[in-house]
Amino acid sequence: MNAPDRRIAVVKTAKEPHGVGARLPFVDGVEKVTGTARYTADMPAANALVGMLLRSPYAHAELLEVDISEAVATPGVRAVITGDACDMPFGVIPIAQNEFPLARDKVRYIGDPIAAVAAVDEATARLAISRIRLRVRELPAYFTAAAARQPGAVLLHDNKPDNIERQVHNEFGDTQAGFAAAELVREETYECAEVHHAMMEPNAALAAWDNERGHLTLWSVTQVPYYVHLTLARCLKMEAAHIRVIKPFVGGGFGHRTESLNFEVICALLARAANGTVRLLQTREETFLSHRGRPESHIRIKLGLTRDGRLTACDAEVVQRGGAYGGYGLVTILYSGALLNGLYDIPAVKYDGYRVYANTPACGAMRGHGTVNIRFAFESLLDSMAAELGLDPFEVRRRNLLQSPTETINGLIITSYGLPDCLDWVESASGWRERKGKLGRGKGLGMACSHFVSGSAKPVHWSGEPHAVIILKLDFDAAVTILTGASDIGQGSSTIITQVVAEVLGIGYHRIRIVANDSAITPKDNGSYSSRVTFMVGNAAADAAENLKRILVASAARRLKVDESEVVWLGEAAAVSGDPERQIPFAEIAEEALVGTGTLTVKGTFTCPPEFQGGKHRGAAVGSSMGFSYTAQAVEVSVDMDLGTVTVDKVWAAIDCGFALNPMSVEGQVQGAVWMGMGQAISEETVYENGRHMAANLLDYRVPTIVESPDIEVHIVESIDPNGPFGAKEASEGPLSGFMSALAAAVEDATGHRFTALPITPLRVFDALHPRGNKKPPPTAKQGDA
Amino acid sequence: MKNILGIWVNGRWREDAVADNALLLDYLRDGLGLTGTKQGCDGGECGACTVLVDGEPRLACSTLAHSVAGRRVETVESLASDGNLSRLQRAFHEHLGTQCGFCTPGMLMAAEALLRKNPKPDRAAIRAALAGNLCRCTGYVKIIESVEAAANAGVAA
Repeated sequence: MNAPDRRIAVVKTAKEPHGVGARLPFVDGVEKVTGTARYTADMPAANALVGMLLRSPYAHAELLEVDISEAVATPGVRAVITGDACDMPFGVIPIAQNEFPLARDKVRYIGDPIAAVAAVDEATARLAISRIRLRVRELPAYFTAAAARQPGAVLLHDNKPDNIERQVHNEFGDTQAGFAAAELVREETYECAEVHHAMMEPNAALAAWDNERGHLTLWSVTQVPYYVHLTLARCLKMEAAHIRVIKPFVGGGFGHRTESLNFEVICALLARAANGTVRLLQTREETFLSHRGRPESHIRIKLGLTRDGRLTACDAEVVQRGGAYGGYGLVTILYSGALLNGLYDIPAVKYDGYRVYANTPACGAMRGHGTVNIRFAFESLLDSMAAELGLDPFEVRRRNLLQSPTETINGLIITSYGLPDCLDWVESASGWRERKGKLGRGKGLGMACSHFVSGSAKPVHWSGEPHAVIILKLDFDAAVTILTGASDIGQGSSTIITQVVAEVLGIGYHRIRIVANDSAITPKDNGSYSSRVTFMVGNAAADAAENLKRILVASAARRLKVDESEVVWLGEAAAVSGDPERQIPFAEIAEEALVGTGTLTVKGTFTCPPEFQGGKHRGAAVGSSMGFSYTAQAVEVSVDMDLGTVTVDKVWAAIDCGFALNPMSVEGQVQGAVWMGMGQAISEETVYENGRHMAANLLDYRVPTIVESPDIEVHIVESIDPNGPFGAKEASEGPLSGFMSALAAAVEDATGHRFTALPITPLRVFDALHPRGNKKPPPTAKQGDA
Repeated sequence: MKNILGIWVNGRWREDAVADNALLLDYLRDGLGLTGTKQGCDGGECGACTVLVDGEPRLACSTLAHSVAGRRVETVESLASDGNLSRLQRAFHEHLGTQCGFCTPGMLMAAEALLRKNPKPDRAAIRAALAGNLCRCTGYVKIIESVEAAANAGVAA
C-alpha cells in the first residue's frame, strides 16, 4: 500500500485550554488584532465601480418623476437605476413585505433611497447623483405615533387603516380578578426614546455580476446571509442557485443586520445593470438612516400587588413608532407582550400593543428585541410599588419567582431558572443591605432583573428543515473542518462551535478549522438573531461531532482489531481497554476511516420540538424558546446635583446562562449588553426635526466613551439547562434590558426623583432637580408634524 | 492633481504618486492595501482609523496624506514583529479586548502610543488615552484589562 508515512505525525499533548468551559481566546482573534481580518469594505475590489445612492429629501411624497437622463449621460457613469429596476417588495416577515429597494411611487422618510449610480470613481458618481431631477407631490408627514394615528391622517401604506401596522390584544388569566384581589394597584406611563445599534462597521456591500453565466456573488455585512440570498433571488427575479452570498468578517450588528437591507439589493441591482462589479460603501449617516433600531415607545402599565408583594395582575399597553416600513415590526410588538411573562410568576397578564407607521426610518430588531422598553416600565413600577409597601427591591422579586420547570400562562416553557442565585450574588456583591439608601445625596444604588430567549423556537421561514445544521469534514490530512452558516459578527459563535466540537471529539484545536458563511460551501443557517446560535448551532455541532466520533471509534476498533466496546477514546488517539500501550494516533484512525469511502462529511442537526414553539393563540410563536437566560444587576451612580449629569460608577451583573461554554466570552457579552443598556439609559437617542435625522453621526448620537464607562463585574450562574448544549443558554441580550430601570432606581436613590422617560439626560435631571430653573423641553418634545 | 509623496510607512520608505487631496486613510487602504486601518464614520467621530505619525496617535480619516510627507506612519500591520504578536496584540487577543474587531486596530494604535510614553498607566490614564476610540461590543471593560495586561507583560515580544 502507498500509505503515507505516519512517523511524521506527532501527537501533541495539548497544553491549550480545552473544550467547553475554557476561557479560550477567539479562534479568529489573531486576524482581528493583526489587521488581517477582512471586512466587506476591505475585500479586494480594484476594478469595482463605485456605487452611490440618491436618498429622499422629503419625508412623505408621491414620486411623479425621477429624471435620470443627465446622470446617464455623464461620462464615466456605467449604470443609473431607479425604482423601475425592481418591482418586488421585500421584507423579513413574509406576510409583511412592503419595502422596495428603491422607492416606487412614494417616498416615506427622509433618506428613502430613490436612485442609484455606478460610476468609475467617487467624484463621477457624486456628480451623476447631483444631476438626477425629482418631481414630487409632497404629502402630510407624521413623526410621532400619535400624529400618524389621528383620524384622517394620510396612510403610509394603503392596506393599513389608521397607519397601524399591527395591533395585538390578548389576555392570559383573569386580570380583572387579579386587580380585585390586589391590595395595591398602581398605573404609570413610561416613555423611551428611539435608539440605534451604532455597530462600529458602517454598512457595505460588494456585488459581482457574471454576465456570461448570469450569476451573482454578493459580499455583505449581514447577520443572516440566507435572508439576503432569498431577498436577492426575489428582487432580482433570479434562481437562488445562481446566487452566492458571502459574509466576510462583520463589525457588529446587534440586530441592525438581521433583516436584508435595501443597500444590499441595490448593490446587486447596480452590478447587474452595469454588467460588472460594484462596491457600495455606506456613510455613517446612511447607516443611521438604514436604522432598524429600537422604536420610540409609549408604555402604560398597571400592576397589582398583595400587601406582601405578590403580583396579582399586569395590564400593559405599548405603542411603538415603527417608522416607514414593516420590517420586523409585528415581531417587535408581539415580543413586548409575550415577554411580560417568563421572568416572574404572574397569574394574569393583559396586553395591548400598537405598532404604528410614521415618516421616520424603519425600526427593527435591536439587542433584546421588543423586550427592553417594556422591561424598563415593568421593573420601574414594581420598584416604586415595593417602596410604597415598604418592601426591599430584592425581596419583592424573590416573592414572585417562578418554580422551574413550569409553563407560563402564555405557553412559554421554562426548564431552568437561575434567577434566585443571581439575586443572591448581586445583593451580596453590591453590598446592598449595608449601602442601599445610605450613600448620601447624589449617590445611589438600584437593581432590576431581566430575561431573554435562547433562540426563537419558530424560525421566520418554517420550511420543515432542522433549526440548525453543522457539517464536519475529515480528509486525508486528518484535519477536522467545521462548515457552518452561523454568522460570527463579533459575538464569538465560531469560537463556541469550535469548542463544542473539540470537547466532543477530545481533539486539539490545531486539528480544527472553521469555515463559515459562504453559500457555495457552508450549510444554510437560520442566522445570528434572537440569541439562537449558541443554543441551536451549539447543539447541532455537538450532534455532528458525536456522529463523527462514532465513525472514528469504529475505525479505531477495526485498525486495533478489537471490538468497538473495547476502544478507549482519547481524542488525539485511541487505545485498547485494559491495554493502554496498544494505541494508535488520530492520523491513523482518520486514515482507517477513509478506507473505501474517502473524504468523510458528517452532519449534525438540531430541531426544536413543537411543544416549545409557543401556545395556540395568534402570534404565540414570538417569545417561545427552549431556554431563557436570567439576569439580576445592581447599578451604582453618582449624580452631579448642579449639572444633572449621571455617572455610572459600578455595575454588578449576575447571569444565568445555563452553562458557560466560554466564561470569558460570557463576561464579554454581559459587559457589552449592560453597557449598551447604559447608553440607552443616559445618553442615546435618535432625534428627528421635521423628519430629518439630527443625530446621524457618532458625535451627536451619544454612544458612551471609555471615559464615562464603569467597571462591570460579572458573575456566572450555571443552572444547567436540560436542552442547551452542555446546559448552555444565551448570555448577550437578556442582561441589557434590566439596566435602564436599575439606573432609574439608583438615580432615585441619589436624588429622590424617579425618572419615567429615557434617556435620563443631564437636561432632564437638571429640570427635575431645579423645577424653577430652565424649563426648556428636552429635544424629543420638539417633534411635531410638518 | 497627483504629486510624489515620500513617506515612511511601517518602517519602509516609499515614494508614490498620490493625489493632493487624498486622505491618509485612503492612501493606506486603497493605495497600499493596508486595510487594517478602518473607516468607521464620516470623519473624526470614532477613532477606528487611528494610526501613529512620528509616534503620536492621529486620525487617518482627517489627515491629508501629503501633510505627513517625510514622516513616520505606523499602522496596525506593523505591530507584530518576526511573526510574533506584540504585547498589546497578545493581550487584546487573550483577554478578549476585541469582539467584532472593527475598532481594534485604532484601539491598539492609541494604546501603543500610550504605552510608549507611559509604560505603567493607571486606569485613568488608559481611559484618557482611549477617549477618542469608540467600541460598541465590549463596554470597554476588557479593553482596559487588555491594556493593563500588556503593560504588566513588560517589553517582551
